[in-house]
Amino acid sequence: MGALLRMDRITKTFPGVKALDDVSLEVAEGEIHAICGENGAGKSTLMKVLSGVYPVGSYEGQITYDGQPAAFGSIRDSEDLGIIIIHQELALVPLLTIAENIFLGNERATRGVIDWPETFRQTEALLAKVGLRETPGTRVDTLGVGKQQLVEIAKALSKNVRLLILDEPTAALSEGDSQALLDLLLELKGQGVTSIIISHKLNEVRRVADSVTVIRDGATISTLEAKGLTEDRIVRDMVGRDMAHRYPERERRAGEVVFELRDWNVGHPEQRDRRMIRDLSMQVRAGEVVGIAGLMGAGRTELAMSVFGRSYGRDISGQVLMHGRPVDVSTVDRAIAAGLAYVTEDRKTLGLILDETIRRNTVLANLGAVATRGVVDDGRETEVAETYRRSLRIRTPSVFQKVMNLSGGNQQKVVLAKWLFTDPELLILDEPTRGIDVGAKYEIYSIINDLSAAGKAVILISSEMPELLGLCDRIHVMNQGRFVGELTAAEASQEAIMSLIVRE
Amino acid sequence: MVDQTDHAPTMGIGAYVARHIREYGLLVALIAIMAFFQIVTGGVLLRPVNITNLFLQNSYIIIMALGMLLVIVAGHIDLSVGSVMGFIGALAAVMIVTMGLPVWLTMGVCILAGMAIGAVQGYFVAYWKIPSFIVTLAGMLVFRGLSLWLLAGQSVGPFPQNFQLLSTGFIPDLMGVGRPNGLALASGVLAVGLILWIGLRGRARNARYGMDDEPFTLFLIRNAIVAAAILFVTWKLAWFRGLPNVLLSMVVLTVVYVFLTERTTIGRRIYAVGGNAKAAKLSGIRTERLTFLTFVNMGMLAALAGLIFAARLNTATPRAGFAVELDVIAAVFIGGASMSGGVGRIVGAVTGAFIMGVMNNGMSIMGIGIDYQQVIKGLVLLAAVFFDVYNKNREA
Repeated sequence: MGALLRMDRITKTFPGVKALDDVSLEVAEGEIHAICGENGAGKSTLMKVLSGVYPVGSYEGQITYDGQPAAFGSIRDSEDLGIIIIHQELALVPLLTIAENIFLGNERATRGVIDWPETFRQTEALLAKVGLRETPGTRVDTLGVGKQQLVEIAKALSKNVRLLILDEPTAALSEGDSQALLDLLLELKGQGVTSIIISHKLNEVRRVADSVTVIRDGATISTLEAKGLTEDRIVRDMVGRDMAHRYPERERRAGEVVFELRDWNVGHPEQRDRRMIRDLSMQVRAGEVVGIAGLMGAGRTELAMSVFGRSYGRDISGQVLMHGRPVDVSTVDRAIAAGLAYVTEDRKTLGLILDETIRRNTVLANLGAVATRGVVDDGRETEVAETYRRSLRIRTPSVFQKVMNLSGGNQQKVVLAKWLFTDPELLILDEPTRGIDVGAKYEIYSIINDLSAAGKAVILISSEMPELLGLCDRIHVMNQGRFVGELTAAEASQEAIMSLIVRE
Repeated sequence: MVDQTDHAPTMGIGAYVARHIREYGLLVALIAIMAFFQIVTGGVLLRPVNITNLFLQNSYIIIMALGMLLVIVAGHIDLSVGSVMGFIGALAAVMIVTMGLPVWLTMGVCILAGMAIGAVQGYFVAYWKIPSFIVTLAGMLVFRGLSLWLLAGQSVGPFPQNFQLLSTGFIPDLMGVGRPNGLALASGVLAVGLILWIGLRGRARNARYGMDDEPFTLFLIRNAIVAAAILFVTWKLAWFRGLPNVLLSMVVLTVVYVFLTERTTIGRRIYAVGGNAKAAKLSGIRTERLTFLTFVNMGMLAALAGLIFAARLNTATPRAGFAVELDVIAAVFIGGASMSGGVGRIVGAVTGAFIMGVMNNGMSIMGIGIDYQQVIKGLVLLAAVFFDVYNKNREA
């Protein structure tokens, strides 16, 4: 089969930054082509060049599509030729129905009057194709992320897609939804749709891709046959060095019990009779990393947020003990005072003030420590931020940068810095490595190990099972608001965790 | 992995100005507008009596802009300030003129009443999460109605002499020079000295921590302009009746609020709440209480503005403060605050208020009708905000 797409020596410069430096990409007709690379490597920029978000003329290099030189002035131009991009942040209108979303801007209409029966008929056909069992009149905001993703794909199919580009399609999906999505991609491939998939999850890449292009620092490093490719090889190309261990070594030794939760119950914030957390108890010792595994919706984040200043739920009952003594965690500032810290799952909307500098974000949760009688000493503030910039290796020219200019991994380090500065005894980390690249992940893992070596108690919530297995001393498996099993590091395996989840 | 410990690169003047275009632009705009009106009014704008008038006319807008900035930075809006201002003026008139109560008692009660009004509105906004637009729109109607009721539709006045001094009084010349007023000149020199001293001290501290700082030439130019302006204004004031009482309260309040917003933990937290309320809350900041307090503060300043306004007109009228909230809000946005919260500076809001004030005053001197005045003010507001958005897009 010939090449459907060739991007030749693409160079794209932003003021002061060369985002793409001589990148070439060749995608064969009918294949699934994966693009891997660290955050900031240039993957998304490359896809924006391809789809016409950056119009022809704003970059150097040549794009050949379907044997013809292509010059896209806008997304519309590329869509007309069947190139459809599905972004990480889904572009659906929540209050409209599935059918309305699919044909938005592309309505089945004669002279401006929409033909609803035809719209619904075609929507049903498309939904059947992507395997989504919902009626066309369902409102999109009632669907989960996984199903919304399918609606996006159905929308792409409605535009007679030939080249489907998916940017981190499974980043927000549960294991089950991810598998279903990947199966769908393989099925579409059978029907002749070519796909480009950008992903951090190398096991998924290996599962579906025919070939893999690795991009690093705005340049193509390698294009590899997926067959027989190992994850280690991809990682090596992505980070430019061998990574013998994906998880840093750690000396495991647990001290006395620091944190204890007794008979914790949490009600749903809106539905009065629904309990989200049920009779849950746990302990964490000093220097221990305790994992919480579970599918999306198992109640892990709800558990963490309810403990941390009752930030979630209602009718909360139960006891929180630190060093064996009951403590008051009824508001966030009391929880912080009791020695708790919670690194949120969603760093952009819950963790950071994007428009503020690294310095100001770092001291936010412990402003009193850099102030005297309510007056902030910005010299001391700068010193604190500098200290964490160095110790956590936050890569930035200065702590006066706004955090919105940082990559995901560095943003996450700023969130960690903020909580480390409160000097907590227990850190609850909720998906601390979501959406960040392999190199930064390794650094975050090292930070977690350093914390436990310093005697902190750590609770790690993660959807990536290898991460739990690589870091934790014990793993609680959670399902429907309860712990359904506990595994020690020695007993734990992906299979063991999965079987505990499905046994319920 | 290599630790990149490179410091912020020292920038050229051009690059620095480009990055802080908003702050410099505002100062340049104010100067340009003043120069323009100075020329077209044939020199009337900067006459001693008119400069004095400028301060007297705009004091209540500037005082309310201080509170409005905090409200807007916290991510809210207060549409009721004009009505509250009018209501407090009416309350003062009823207490002093009709009931014959002493001035000090009236002022105390009025300030407390303003805080109480702010507290009620803040309570609904902060703890019941009702959009501030709606709560304060209701407040705007309620207090407009209540001032009509208090005054029974009539104007009430005049006030006794000692109440009028609040607005129209001048600080006695302690130097005893007479004309030019020694105190005015001395305080001008003192202010310039203080500003320079604080600026230089800040630079020294910034240098110690390696923060990127304004190039020294630019620092000199900016301070020279500010110093010249202060000396010029105090010189002019010295040749009229000296320092108005109102100017003193305005300057003191501005300094207090600059300090509050830029140096204190409570100021920092207000910016954090406006920047990202959820993240602030999960960082242990009591977001509801802060929001509540910004409204209490706004109510207090609206009350103060109401007293000053009534004292200046020497009467309370049912229409006092009508549509003033729009001038106040416009001043804050011209000053660079963001509608979505978390961004904005006191100095910007005060400069914005002066820009509005100079335009009002200049156009009135020129005899431009109220119709065109509104159009022009509207266009200036749009242009200022467009400039912000344009710069933001260019950065991204």
